[in-house]
Amino acid sequence: MAQAKAKYLTLEEGFFAAFLIVIAFACLIIAGKTYDQVMAFHTSLGALFAAVGAFIIFKNYFDDGGIEIPQEIDGKPNYNLGPIKFAAWAAMLWGVAGFTVGLIVALQLAYPVLNLDLPWTSFGRLRPLHTSAVIFAFGGNVLLGTSFYVVQRTSRARMPGRIAPWFVILGYNAFIVIAGTGYLLGATQSKEYAEPEWYADLWLTIVWVAYLLLFLGTIWKRKESHIYVANWFYLAFIITIAMLHIVNNLTIPVTIYGTKSYILWSGVQDAMVQWWYGHNAVGFFLTAGFLAIMYYFVPKRAERPVYSYRLSIVHFWALIFLYIWAGPHHLHYTALPQWASTLGATFSIILWMPSWGGMINGLMTLSGAWDKLRTDPVLRMMVVSIAFYGMSTFEGPLMSLRSVNSLSHYTDWTIGHVHSGALGWVGYISFGALYCLIPWLWNKKQVYSLRLVNWHFWISTIGIVLYICAMWVSGIMQGLMWRAYDKLGFLEYSFIETVEAMHPFYVIRAMGGALFVAGALIMVYNLWMTVRHGEAEEAKAIETGAMAPAQ
Amino acid sequence: MADTHTKEIDEISGVETTGHEWDGLKELNNPLPRWWLYMTYACIVWAIGYWIVYPSWPLVSSYATGVLGDSQRANALAAYDAGMAERAQIGEKLINASLEEIQSTQSLLEFAMANGKAAFGDNCAACHGSGATGAIGYPNLQDDQWIWGGTLDDIHTTLQYGIRSGHDEARIGDMPAFGADELLSKEEIRQVANYVGEKAGLEPEEGIDLAAGETVYVDNCAACHGEDLKGMREVGAPNLLARNYLYGKSIDSIVAQVTDSRNGVMPAWSTRLEPATVKSLAVYVHALGGGE
Repeated sequence: MAQAKAKYLTLEEGFFAAFLIVIAFACLIIAGKTYDQVMAFHTSLGALFAAVGAFIIFKNYFDDGGIEIPQEIDGKPNYNLGPIKFAAWAAMLWGVAGFTVGLIVALQLAYPVLNLDLPWTSFGRLRPLHTSAVIFAFGGNVLLGTSFYVVQRTSRARMPGRIAPWFVILGYNAFIVIAGTGYLLGATQSKEYAEPEWYADLWLTIVWVAYLLLFLGTIWKRKESHIYVANWFYLAFIITIAMLHIVNNLTIPVTIYGTKSYILWSGVQDAMVQWWYGHNAVGFFLTAGFLAIMYYFVPKRAERPVYSYRLSIVHFWALIFLYIWAGPHHLHYTALPQWASTLGATFSIILWMPSWGGMINGLMTLSGAWDKLRTDPVLRMMVVSIAFYGMSTFEGPLMSLRSVNSLSHYTDWTIGHVHSGALGWVGYISFGALYCLIPWLWNKKQVYSLRLVNWHFWISTIGIVLYICAMWVSGIMQGLMWRAYDKLGFLEYSFIETVEAMHPFYVIRAMGGALFVAGALIMVYNLWMTVRHGEAEEAKAIETGAMAPAQ
Repeated sequence: MADTHTKEIDEISGVETTGHEWDGLKELNNPLPRWWLYMTYACIVWAIGYWIVYPSWPLVSSYATGVLGDSQRANALAAYDAGMAERAQIGEKLINASLEEIQSTQSLLEFAMANGKAAFGDNCAACHGSGATGAIGYPNLQDDQWIWGGTLDDIHTTLQYGIRSGHDEARIGDMPAFGADELLSKEEIRQVANYVGEKAGLEPEEGIDLAAGETVYVDNCAACHGEDLKGMREVGAPNLLARNYLYGKSIDSIVAQVTDSRNGVMPAWSTRLEPATVKSLAVYVHALGGGE
């Protein structure tokens, strides 16, 4: 359906081109005037990204611009899959990088000589690189990609915009590059999971608002009367993360020509805002977002209806109402007033069942399809992820109790808890989603090799078990050693003795991490081969442009 | 927007669906699991009970203190005060006791050793090592070589005021940087290092005039380290005939020390720890094996 070429850029193209040109010039000006080498590097990078973006918009216009993209082809929605494909591979790239950096920092804890005595490779800089790479780069791209896929398909509508989806995906990954290189070069605001400095935060805010508008726009265009449960969770994730990100990053830069900034909050208020943010980054990024993935991919893969609509409503509202209160349990026995810490702990306990609502709905969706676990390692991976979700959402409220926390806090137990959630729940549900998504996106029948999925599953499961068991033992031992007194009331162990005692467990943990990395590499190979050599789905699906999974 | 409400019965479970369908996905209309609901209620009831008993909700200008009137700050302070009160009595005795009294009084010795061990691990081990065997630049506390003296009182004084710590009472001994400040030539330094090394049992280098080295020693070093090379504790000049050297025992490390003269620092612990703890540390270090 060739149409006459439009004379002008569309409003959207014009807006993004102008915006990117302004950004490019602003970056150039700052790069020219700054005394700060990190700022000079980042603004040069920003100018380059923005200029390339603007160039691509114009190039597209001159190549084939003005031709409107059909919303439907032969009565079927013409889904926009390009940005999703990019996000899926970005997730895998950042995932492997982030897991590998995790392995390196684990080895540094066991063998400090691996810090190499260089500032760029020291634990203090690599640790936030690891956490941000796995949470925001890997997890974030999985969330962006799957949310674009799920919201289009369950709304039976193409995402609005031509540039906007690419702006969100590429802009988000540009943020990752700025944040990650900043850590290595020493630019950080020293707030856990919110380390990027003010200019990276500002950029992310712009990208995130575009993401929200795009998501809402797709829902607005939907051809289904109801909004699917996965989309509620995605929307809660997007809106809440926007709020958390903005409030926890209200900083005042020393100068716009420098990286350094100061947070508006001070003292215990800053700590409280930080952990309100930190806990809900777990709650809304790593829980709500990935529950959305579960609500689409598990029933799809199991080919069973969701267990209970009612449960999904009740646990959704309970979860988003309660999670936001639980942050103070990160600050027990500190300068935070006792009432705040008690309140946070009790809300964490009330949160237990709403969290488990998601687990029940996920697991019970398999009723009538349990036999598939024997033959489908992808489904098995997702089911195990739900089991890990259930375990860590039980462990979390337990650790939020003040008496338990007095033993667990500041120890490796916390690290173990985080990783049972991160490796088990977030990692496995993401891997499961990628194993589904890649064949769908590239119109293949199935992944290249289910045997390799099986290998991935078992290798990384052993890795996770080694990891969390080592951290449980090490953490509880550490906590007990710290609080051991002799009969005269003096400390039984010095700090260095506790560090020495943890060494064997650090080695075991690193072994577990290595297995997890190995599993991820197997996945990347498998999915790469799926794209290159997978067996094509029947031709009908290609015609429609709708990459339907096997029905 | 087409309304597609066609409820149907799921064949496998026999449960009705809600009639919605998205991209092939349907939902069953199962009720909330009873156990789940009751557990939710139980958690809420437990939380309400907790709010009644413990400090919880913020009020306008204060907060709900809870019927128990519990306060973690008051609890911690009370426990701290109780512990300190228990220690104060025996600590007082310890500060005034002599070495003989401590060694002959079981309760004092036990207290000092326990207190000293705990304090050593968290304050001294970072430099002197968790086994107190020291490192290059940080003296070994297990052996019988003492730069500033190894009696209980000597150790106590060193601990209290430190070495070159900036404290008014600190022990101060400044070895000049003979090379850096051009007090001696490179050749003279090499000669004196070989002279000292030879006396201390090291193999001297080939072709060095040891007699010239002795002259340099007598003119520059003997004032503090003594004619007999056995050092002088009053000024913190180490015994040069000792088995181990603070900065390493080799001709090259003697040359390095004479050239640049590193003067290490030990903090004044009386400004950081309680008197009884400092005394306990002295007893503990004295008992490590090298005490005089």
